[in-house]
Amino acid sequence: MPVLDSKLDTNAEVFKKNKADMMAMLSTVEALLEEASQGGGEEAIARLRSRDKMPIRERISHALDRDSPFLEISPLAAWRSPYNIGSGFVVGIGVIENVECVILGHDPSVRAGAFNPFNSKKLMRGLEVARVNRLPYVQFVESAGADLRGEQGGDPEAAIQREIDHFAESGRLFYEITELSKMRIPTVSVVFGASTAGGAYQPGMSDYNIFIKNQSKVFLGGVALTKMATGEDANEEDLGGADMHTKISGLGDYLAKDEMDGIRMCREVMAHLNWRKLGPEPDPDFKEPIYDAEDMLGLVSEDLRTPFDVREVIARIVDGSYFEEFKPLYGPTLICGWASVHGYPVGILGNNGALFSEAAEKAAQFIQLCNQIDVPLVFLHNITGFIVGTDFEQGGITKNGSKMINAVANSTVPHISIILASSYGAGNYGMSGRAFGPRFTYIWPLAKIAVMGPKQMAGVMSIVGRAAAERRGIEFDEEADAERAAVAEHWAEERSKGLYATSRVSDDGMIDPRDTRDVIAMSLSAAYNNKVEGTKEFGTWRM
Amino acid sequence: MANVSDIRPITTLLVANRGEIARRVMRTARDMGIATVAIYADGDAQAPFVAEADMAIALNGRTSAETYLDVDKVLDACRRSGADAVHPGYGFLSENAGFAKAIIDAGIAWLGPAPEVIASMGDKLSAKKLMQEAGVPTLPAIEITAELNLSEAASEIGYPVLVKASAGGGGRGMRVVESEADLQAAVESAAREAGSSFGDDTVFLEKWLDTSRHVEIQIIGDSHGNLVHCFERECSIQRRHQKIIEEAPSPAVSPEIRAAMGEAAVAAAKSLGYSSAGTVEFLLAGDDFYFLEVNARLQVEHPVTEEIIGYDLVREQIRVAEGETLSFSQDDLRINGHAIEARLCAEDPNNDFLPSPGPVVAWEPSRAGMARFDSGVESGSVIAMEFDPMIAKVIVHAPTRREAASRLARVLETTRIQGLTTNRDFLVATLRNPAFLAGDTTTDFIERIDPQRVRAINEDDLNEAVIAVVMESQARNRANAKVMKTVRSGWRNSILPLEIMNFRCGEMDCHVEYRSRRDGRFRVRIGDSTDEILVKAYACGDGSVDLEIDGRRVNYRVDNIGTDWYVHGQKGDMQITELPRYPDADAELLAGGMVAPMPGAVLATEVSAGTQVAKGDLLLILEAMKMEHRITAPFAGSVDALHVNPGDQVENGQLLVTITEQQGEE
Repeated sequence: MPVLDSKLDTNAEVFKKNKADMMAMLSTVEALLEEASQGGGEEAIARLRSRDKMPIRERISHALDRDSPFLEISPLAAWRSPYNIGSGFVVGIGVIENVECVILGHDPSVRAGAFNPFNSKKLMRGLEVARVNRLPYVQFVESAGADLRGEQGGDPEAAIQREIDHFAESGRLFYEITELSKMRIPTVSVVFGASTAGGAYQPGMSDYNIFIKNQSKVFLGGVALTKMATGEDANEEDLGGADMHTKISGLGDYLAKDEMDGIRMCREVMAHLNWRKLGPEPDPDFKEPIYDAEDMLGLVSEDLRTPFDVREVIARIVDGSYFEEFKPLYGPTLICGWASVHGYPVGILGNNGALFSEAAEKAAQFIQLCNQIDVPLVFLHNITGFIVGTDFEQGGITKNGSKMINAVANSTVPHISIILASSYGAGNYGMSGRAFGPRFTYIWPLAKIAVMGPKQMAGVMSIVGRAAAERRGIEFDEEADAERAAVAEHWAEERSKGLYATSRVSDDGMIDPRDTRDVIAMSLSAAYNNKVEGTKEFGTWRM
Repeated sequence: MANVSDIRPITTLLVANRGEIARRVMRTARDMGIATVAIYADGDAQAPFVAEADMAIALNGRTSAETYLDVDKVLDACRRSGADAVHPGYGFLSENAGFAKAIIDAGIAWLGPAPEVIASMGDKLSAKKLMQEAGVPTLPAIEITAELNLSEAASEIGYPVLVKASAGGGGRGMRVVESEADLQAAVESAAREAGSSFGDDTVFLEKWLDTSRHVEIQIIGDSHGNLVHCFERECSIQRRHQKIIEEAPSPAVSPEIRAAMGEAAVAAAKSLGYSSAGTVEFLLAGDDFYFLEVNARLQVEHPVTEEIIGYDLVREQIRVAEGETLSFSQDDLRINGHAIEARLCAEDPNNDFLPSPGPVVAWEPSRAGMARFDSGVESGSVIAMEFDPMIAKVIVHAPTRREAASRLARVLETTRIQGLTTNRDFLVATLRNPAFLAGDTTTDFIERIDPQRVRAINEDDLNEAVIAVVMESQARNRANAKVMKTVRSGWRNSILPLEIMNFRCGEMDCHVEYRSRRDGRFRVRIGDSTDEILVKAYACGDGSVDLEIDGRRVNYRVDNIGTDWYVHGQKGDMQITELPRYPDADAELLAGGMVAPMPGAVLATEVSAGTQVAKGDLLLILEAMKMEHRITAPFAGSVDALHVNPGDQVENGQLLVTITEQQGEE
């Protein structure tokens, strides 16, 4: 396979500026990760420790195979929200006894591990990752359940008006845990503390339950609810203690003497799962890229209009920097080709400009070719969208773009989407955006996602407003329009930022560009727990 | 020169022994073009001496008695292998006159003195009488018979007295008794040990000189009437009546004493018609020396003599057996420089030098300086409890005694010997001790000077070794991972606690936390310090660890068996135990449990469930490596349970007895 020839000038001013901006953003991210790692803060952690309990990140660390990787999912969820950064739950892909699994842990230092919209979304995403990739699911349970306090502060009426969630739709997580079991994906719960009311079904629906002496408390109604419901003055240990459940009710399978003992038991359970990945093993003999990953820090400009050659990214993430490009002369704004990452074969689609009809058709063909040979796809987003304009509309850009989106939607090999820079509008769909169900989606720190560029959006709104005023024959208020446009642009800008996207759990996490190669490899390794099979619904259409 | 027609060339030599001496004899035999035959017990089937022999015969048995001491089996092996010569080595059948005679009767050359000589010297009591008659000074001794009034006899000689087996050697069946209170028990125990080791439980009492030296004269003779002495060896540094450091010449022997002792030895040997190699042992007190015994065989410590005279004594034995004359005359022999030998043994200096057999995890002779290693092991060998715990003899020959001691100490220090508790640190400390260097070596040296028994490891050394272990461990973990193995060690995209490991080395604990960085270096926090150390690994994962720790380049060899890590660096060897990551499910030890201090066989039990015991009462007797070990009550109480029966084999650390401690005043 040919080796990519990098033309990157690392001495150029633009490279240096880009790198400085990226480093600044990375230190912001680092600070946020640090904050997230503190959970509910020093006092809450000290309170935990005083009860011989460990913070969730320690529990997870102690459970993982030594020196194995841990890929945390959405570690910055709930940034810029009323909730603690990180959301109060930790979700990730880890390795326990050589079994790749999804690990979910409630952080009891954050509002006693209570559920909120952010951590609920993260939890559901964790279950989805387990389901679609066929990964065993391990949960470290210690949660007060639903946060009964409602939204604190602010105007309660306004909060009610904003609210769209309803209890009637809740509980899907219990269904999904059960569904995993049905799909022969084992589920394991270690109950470190309270798991009450609906929460009791987290262990309830699990295949294996490890309870910890004097810590686990699992009941449908706690002491207070029992008193309210029946008047009984119950004792917590008798009502739902670990001893009781492992000796009397049978809800618990294993009784651990303390947290470390419970974690040890969890590892023992994982060790006996007889777990076999269904996908083939990667080729162990691969070479590292010949170009320095460090250089990827200087590719993306804060001003996303500054272009860069996506091949500079490919050259730094694929084995040996080998890349066999498909149809290099046709539809050159989309780079397609074959390579491998840590020995896993991949088909890569990367943007080098807007999507034209030829590029969209090339993509559709390439995606079908990869499906034919069971090769996973990596999408490297830097896409402002499909090209617009009369000539292009007449040339069938929507029709041809639909071919690409159709191919993406019906492709059955694993997709991994990396948002390098911009990912706007239908371009995001064509590049297997989050809604198109890629196995994993990650975002680089300076990237933006939105329906369109904020400036363009403000301009569009202004033009449309002016046209409406003209139609109605009223005078167009330039001042008000400018103000409206500024507000709209500001909010569009804020909401398009990568950090905002990642905080809304609309991807699996913001990654350091230098980690891209490893993240793809780990994601593929996770995906290969399931069968990796292209669709057999159609042959390959020449376009 | 012997007449050529009288020469009976040896073509196939069977070594009726094992371990280092078998290898050492075979080495010379090979040099002389002679094929070699090994014999082996079950436990030695994988031993280097068996692998290196041209032919090997299984003796099908486990213990010495079932194998190397079984005359019929060894004779059968000679017949089956077609050996035309037998070298008995030392110990086992080397001084068994009946065996020597059977060999000779079978028409096989015997590499030792005549059976009659062996018989007359084998009984130490009769040997003493013979020497007295030859005019050699001896110490007063009294044979213990059923009629003897033991306490009167001991008083007559005067305490301290030595209870000594008449047969055998090697310190077995020997007890020093300081007062009458211990006399009876010592005699019984010595007799029992002598009986099991040598098949003869005759013991006698001898005057014990506290501050004497053990000096011996190497003799060698041929069948043509030539007999010379090869000067003296001093072997005063002893523990449990066994030599551990031997040297030649002795720092305490003047040319006059040397001449007198040599003449006495030659005269005595000539009166016996001695041929082949032997040793006449003396006690030297001031300028007075007393005959102790004759060892009618090659001695363990013969290499120091070889080094200073420049002749191979095994070669001479072979030549003599072939009918050749000795290669040298008395006048040819000169003392050249100084040689010291240390016996590296699998034993615990902190536990009265009790044998501590087990697997040799790693064995790499040091290349720190020129040294001769006579060893019976390689990495992966086992020091079995059935046999002698010696791992190797390390011999250094240098122009002066001080240089020899200095180099031997460094060579020992930098030799890799792991998996076993050894006397190495003690040997090094002894060789560097000012009293030793001053030549102040008497048989009570160890009690009197008490060199450091085990090297004290300081925290910095331990920390550095632990970093080496951690780097090796993480690299192996990555290599052995079944999934995501190509991703960097401990890869994280968020902040989780560092990887934690805990270790123990002796009494010291070491806590370490680490995590790799994107650039491949590791952040390490170790011990009580919260500072982060940066570690770059140039190599790790295959046992050779090459690190840069905060700019300091260090190299280690690191291996493990389970949670035991064996670290070899510039400062010597360390064994570091990785503490369990999780609490052990059922590790609660029974309270008041007495555990076996070493692997062995239960010889006798003295208590049963319910027995009331006082502190120090004998609970049971364990036998290992032909030595008895008394397990006594550490406190007063009642026996809950006896977990073993006589004849049982027990492992190191196996629970033997449980006792409930008696509450209240003692």
